[in-house]
Amino acid sequence: MSRFTEMFAVMLGAAPKRPEKVADKVQKIMFLKYEDKDRYIKEKLHARDHHIVSHKWRNRRWAVLLATNLLFVLSFWLDIQILEGSLTASRFVGFHLIDLNSALHVMLAHKHIIVNLFIGTFTVFLLWVLLGGRSFCSWVCPYHLLAEWTEALHLKLVEKKIVTDHEFHRGTRTVFWVLFALLSIVTGYTVFETLSPTGILSRALIYGPGLALGWVGLLLLFEIFYSRRAWCRYVCPIGLTYGAVGAISPLQITYHVEHCFHEGDCRKVCLVPHVLEVTIKGRASEEQMGLGPDCTRCGLCVDTCPTGALRFEVKGLSKLL
Amino acid sequence: MNSPAEKPRKAAKPAVSIEKAQKARRKFLHSVGLAGGVIGLSLLGYIPVTSARTTRLRPPGALNEADFLSSCIKCGQCVQVCPVQAIKLGDIDDGFGIGVPHIDSREQACDFSCDAVQCILACPTGALTYEKPEFLNIREGALLAAAPILKAKAKDAENTLNLKERTGVARLARPESCLAVQGKGFKGQARGASFKGTMRYMEVDRWKPIPVRDHPYDLPLCDLCVRECPVANAIELRPLKGADGVERMTPVVLEPCVGCGVCEMICPVEPAAIVVDAQALWKA
Repeated sequence: MSRFTEMFAVMLGAAPKRPEKVADKVQKIMFLKYEDKDRYIKEKLHARDHHIVSHKWRNRRWAVLLATNLLFVLSFWLDIQILEGSLTASRFVGFHLIDLNSALHVMLAHKHIIVNLFIGTFTVFLLWVLLGGRSFCSWVCPYHLLAEWTEALHLKLVEKKIVTDHEFHRGTRTVFWVLFALLSIVTGYTVFETLSPTGILSRALIYGPGLALGWVGLLLLFEIFYSRRAWCRYVCPIGLTYGAVGAISPLQITYHVEHCFHEGDCRKVCLVPHVLEVTIKGRASEEQMGLGPDCTRCGLCVDTCPTGALRFEVKGLSKLL
Repeated sequence: MNSPAEKPRKAAKPAVSIEKAQKARRKFLHSVGLAGGVIGLSLLGYIPVTSARTTRLRPPGALNEADFLSSCIKCGQCVQVCPVQAIKLGDIDDGFGIGVPHIDSREQACDFSCDAVQCILACPTGALTYEKPEFLNIREGALLAAAPILKAKAKDAENTLNLKERTGVARLARPESCLAVQGKGFKGQARGASFKGTMRYMEVDRWKPIPVRDHPYDLPLCDLCVRECPVANAIELRPLKGADGVERMTPVVLEPCVGCGVCEMICPVEPAAIVVDAQALWKA
């Protein structure tokens, strides 16, 4: 199985595996890393001491997320007409943009595609191929931001042993994706939209709040008291749709095994820690590896890594520069 | 020291794996529960759709209800372009109709003050459309006999609205409360001083709708529904002989009625004497 198909299978729910073959260079790196245990520990502590805790990427991301959603809101409220519509479908200075998952469900339910729908979907498809698929989740989706904030609360409660995180099988999301697609085809209604907190929040921001926010509140409570980031991790088909699109994206977070002390700080902050299993000792097969399609490119791991082993990179471009 | 510790560890090994298996089983069952729960909840969306507790008046050019709900992408672009903000979006108690546009005529009707039916133009999926695709059926009685003539465009070279089907039909639901039927006139603000609805008045400004409360009337016989109907020949006052033998006037809805709802909005009695039956068909 190629690395690409393996990473895709991991996104669908398969457990990440140990590599069958580790490149000679990586073996050499690992050998040198652990050749002198004392030196290794000293280097590790040194790196920790000099690590300036930064929230650079998180702050950039929050700014982009807020600005995008604010642009939607202001376009309507102030009638500046730059980004009209909501996250499910909009027009950016006249150009149709249509959310891939919403478009998919409309197509499956209605079974008819008009030109504007196709244009908007295709434009957004290209956009997210370039920008990294699930970047939509962490850089645009308003539910992601709320869930990030309530996640902090959840972690605090876990730390105080008031709640425990109940994990579900990650494959559940794939089941949801298939079920919601089937429901759209069979019922002829866009069933998923009824519950989608992304659509609900986007519309609530732009057109005013409604009862639907109660559902979003319940989801957040579920995540605080029962299961960490449950909606994004185990349910949301939007994430899987964008993940599939981002599988071929040149924009990735890459892992450089040479600089890694295999401490796992990155996996603790990650929404999709399975993409970071490559950072476990002995899991990396190449010197430099992309994290795979399920990575939301949120950058929390980049911020948290004390050694710069995780970086934002654009395939091809980084080599040119 | 080593060997006694070794033994229980060996014995414990299958116990650990049983625990692991149990954990995996529990996780699997939880996941099935989650899937069942969320899918079950999402299917609750059927209830408001099938019970049709309220039939919504859809914006002009809307496909038939089921097709409309499936093709609408719930983005609200139609809301944004409407000059009188007549279009509202459904909430979660509309089930599958969440985020789908509708019009509450009594609060704010569509008076076609955009002339071009902007909401249709804005719709990215064809849920609102000028031209229905061939495979979708047209309900008998929904098809308009001719393109409706917009009174505001009467003097323009192109004086019709680009609409093929009606979204509803007006009906004099409470003739006993109709001022015209009672032979009464009307003076003042049609819906009172606190009413927020707006409308275009051609004699005021063609491109700027104003609040209805800023446009008081003084009519010897109330004919507001006929006077303010934006479509030509869609409604008229006709003589009616009452039970008492006295000749009065009554509004009569005619075939060109597109179901826009202006008559329902402007009707000064409470509740409105004339209403629009959403998604109703024309019956001769």
